[in-house]
Amino acid sequence: MNPINYLYLSALLFTIGGAGVLVRRNAIIVFMCVELMLNACNLAFVTFARLHGNLDGQIIAFFTMVVAAAEVVVGLAIIVTFFRSRHSASVDDASLMKL
Amino acid sequence: MTTSTGEAVQFWLLGIVAVLGALGTVAMKKAVHSALSLAGTMIILAVFYLANGAYFLGVVQIVVYTGAIMMLFLFVVMLVGITAADSLKETIRGQRWLAVLCGLGFGILLIAGLGNASVHSFTGLGQANSGGNVEGLARLIFTTYVWAFEITGALLITAAVGAMVLTHRERTERAATQRELAERRVREGAQVPPLPAPGVYARHNAVDIPGLLPDGTPAELSVSETLRARGQVRDVSGEALEHLKELEQRSEEYAEGEGESGARPENSANGAANSANGPANSANGPANSANGAAK
Repeated sequence: MNPINYLYLSALLFTIGGAGVLVRRNAIIVFMCVELMLNACNLAFVTFARLHGNLDGQIIAFFTMVVAAAEVVVGLAIIVTFFRSRHSASVDDASLMKL
Repeated sequence: MTTSTGEAVQFWLLGIVAVLGALGTVAMKKAVHSALSLAGTMIILAVFYLANGAYFLGVVQIVVYTGAIMMLFLFVVMLVGITAADSLKETIRGQRWLAVLCGLGFGILLIAGLGNASVHSFTGLGQANSGGNVEGLARLIFTTYVWAFEITGALLITAAVGAMVLTHRERTERAATQRELAERRVREGAQVPPLPAPGVYARHNAVDIPGLLPDGTPAELSVSETLRARGQVRDVSGEALEHLKELEQRSEEYAEGEGESGARPENSANGAANSANGPANSANGPANSANGAAK
């Protein structure tokens, strides 16, 4: 098996995640799809590290994970705040910048 | 240099499961199911990291992603929870098909691009990992990437403070006392006495069963708001009537059997069972007749 198969898988997961962001309207699920896309990128980075025989790809994947963790914390806090004011987690209701 | 057969088998087995998990994340109606599908996909990705020689990242993936991030997601799903049902009705016409079309186009473009890349041989991490994967990563993080590493630390602190600022609510007025709350309820004409208790019947006694109003209709208020929002209210007010019909039919059958021939042993056994059921049914009976009278 050629390790490029991992890249194909990564592309597939990224595409599914992207389609999910476009299709779903529950903010939490949209967020999960973004996480899926980030994970797919991580898989690609790790595979590149193996293809090229150095660890830089893994470092980038590591930084991606840290940034994803920070993003989840802030994003979920925004969703909770939004839910408190609108009693809904649907992105359709987030059509105004203010209450 | 190629990979082992074992890795190929692992890739094809787990790869399919990972794609199924991803599809589940997108397609599941309930957010909790989506979260669990995503957790499955992430665990499989961790296995793939390990197979690709990223031992540190594989473990971090499990600890940080499936351990911390997915649990955070579940927390928020539980907080936002029941009332945040995702309506599947399209608000923009044709949006779903357009989105799927865009996804397909993008995927085909991406995969075709990958197909054109000429990757016939690869180096492998044997040399890079020779001094240990974690040691190799540490050397890079604290030399070449030390600046990015410091910035990441600042980012994490900012995120933590940001989350606290976003979710923290300062209490701007004094909390109302119990007396004030009671007075407000009377003034607003809200439900002043305690909420009614759920129904207690001869055969049913649970919090999801509404009590009956004098006119025989179920009292929605007697069931917890959460159960009402989930649509899990179990109405048993009509059941007693059905049981009464069953009992009448059975007793008719029994009477016919008596008329045809002498009491057979099984029949008499059935009769005993019927009569054993009798009291419970008749216990329901008065309630029913009371309902009927009210109607």
